[in-house]
Amino acid sequence: MQLQQMYQEIILDHYKNPHGRGLRSPYDAESFQVNPTCGDEVTLRVHVVDDVVQDVSYDGQGCSISQASTSVLTDLVVGKPVGEAFKKLDAFVELMQGRGQVEPDEDVLEDGIAFAGVAKYPARVKCALLGWMAFKDAVVRSQGAA
Amino acid sequence: MTTTAAPLDVTALRADFPILSRTVRDGKRLVYLDSGATSQRPTQVLDAEKAFLQTANAAVHRGAHQLAEEATDAYEGARQRIADFVGADFGELVFTKNATEGFNLVAYAMGNAATSGPEAARFVVNPGDEIVVTEMEHHANLVPWQQLAHRTGAVLKWFKVTPDGRLDLSDIDSVITPRTRVVAFTHQSNVLGTINPVDVLVAAAQRVGALTVLDACQSVPHGPVDFHALGVDFASFSGHKMLGPSGIGVLYGRRELLEALPPFITGGSMIELVRMEGSTFAPPPQRFEAGSPMTSQAVGLGAAVDYLSVVGMERIHAHEHALTVAALEGLGAIPGVRLIGPQDAVDRGGAVPFEIEGIHPHDAGQVLDSLGIAVRVGHHCAWPLHRCLNAQASVRATFYLYNTLDEVDALVDGVREAQKFFGVA
Repeated sequence: MQLQQMYQEIILDHYKNPHGRGLRSPYDAESFQVNPTCGDEVTLRVHVVDDVVQDVSYDGQGCSISQASTSVLTDLVVGKPVGEAFKKLDAFVELMQGRGQVEPDEDVLEDGIAFAGVAKYPARVKCALLGWMAFKDAVVRSQGAA
Repeated sequence: MTTTAAPLDVTALRADFPILSRTVRDGKRLVYLDSGATSQRPTQVLDAEKAFLQTANAAVHRGAHQLAEEATDAYEGARQRIADFVGADFGELVFTKNATEGFNLVAYAMGNAATSGPEAARFVVNPGDEIVVTEMEHHANLVPWQQLAHRTGAVLKWFKVTPDGRLDLSDIDSVITPRTRVVAFTHQSNVLGTINPVDVLVAAAQRVGALTVLDACQSVPHGPVDFHALGVDFASFSGHKMLGPSGIGVLYGRRELLEALPPFITGGSMIELVRMEGSTFAPPPQRFEAGSPMTSQAVGLGAAVDYLSVVGMERIHAHEHALTVAALEGLGAIPGVRLIGPQDAVDRGGAVPFEIEGIHPHDAGQVLDSLGIAVRVGHHCAWPLHRCLNAQASVRATFYLYNTLDEVDALVDGVREAQKFFGVA
């Protein structure tokens, strides 16, 4: 059934037990992103030391897809050099914008591959990218501030 | 509103709407509960547009050939029939791109009044003047007024909404004051279905000489509306929410006001005399219809009001009322479902917004969609309203003449299904 394809167990698990949730200090930059069509929002902070993502913390309101994808994001990027984190970001964006035609690389995206089914629903792609766009924006801001 | 007329023969009527017989998402029967966003169109409307394009298409109000004449007659004939439908005179209706443009037309024309002739003085908004809206407004009847306040230095004020989704008019005399220039409000909330007391607001505005601007997008399609009887100064509604085409809206303005109102969009067709140094403008409604107007859309909207008139607006209203009562009962009986807005069907049209505990509206909508049920999820272009009702977003079902009690049952079952899927039942 299509619904199960979209709402993989991994997504529901991250939704019910989100990783890294809550706003923490220290942090170098913060980004607030909102999805104007539904009002979902996320506030996300990054802490980058020596070009390595030390912490990503976040808070927000949103659907299972946006919450779970932000949870997966923290697993993927915390402890990674910014360059590697951005490669994962690019891979995730490519997957989400691929209308279900992109084969995800599990080595790069790990739990993130569970969102392949979401990519078939254009209206939900923005949900999946909300936290990721906040991460990108926050990192860019942190570099500007440095 | 009650009626003793025979109930609608919905089965027969549905045959006029080919889209309703399609399936979605792997063969599911389509249950279309999103007419508040856009309605479906009967073959009569589609045929009227096609017939116009196949037999009489030409640019209107220009050219002297036979097609131009016939096209102009079709365009203006539609205006007349739509005017009759909403209790207005022929010259009081302006065709716009959509209802949003209608609100902007009034707001921008008022902004232009300060630099227009003395006849436009009544529309001038000065710094410190007040513009009144409500917390219940669709963004279309809110943002243009925020912007007018911003451009003129006027103060934006608003009526609050009570926890049960009604306008709080308890402080009406401190909200509407002698400094009030405009009172803009919705006839029927696009989210809650709440029908507002137009008479009370019009009386208060008239006491202080303020103009009234009514959002009629959700009232004109769903019940009898007579603008002259309501006494509002301006009203705007859209074609695509009343079985008509998209790309056309209608602005109503009382004749004496339209005659004095400066133009908004300028250019061809709206002029009287053009010289290099400056121009004078045509009388309404042409003054407000610059450029080549939409034509087949006007003809289609004319056919839509013909269709609605044959079915009967009283009967449509009664039918939707029955569906709303059933939905409120069915959804209200599910543990974990919170109905937003009025808890009963009194003074309420066919919109039922709700939240399901533990399920985000987007996720609920996705489950309903997988069952073939089309509802709206999000804030429905009424973000401030959601904030004041403590909802980040909601699921909204809206009904129209072609919906059935069966479809209400499908919605109720679908909500239970969503609860099961997300393990919150």
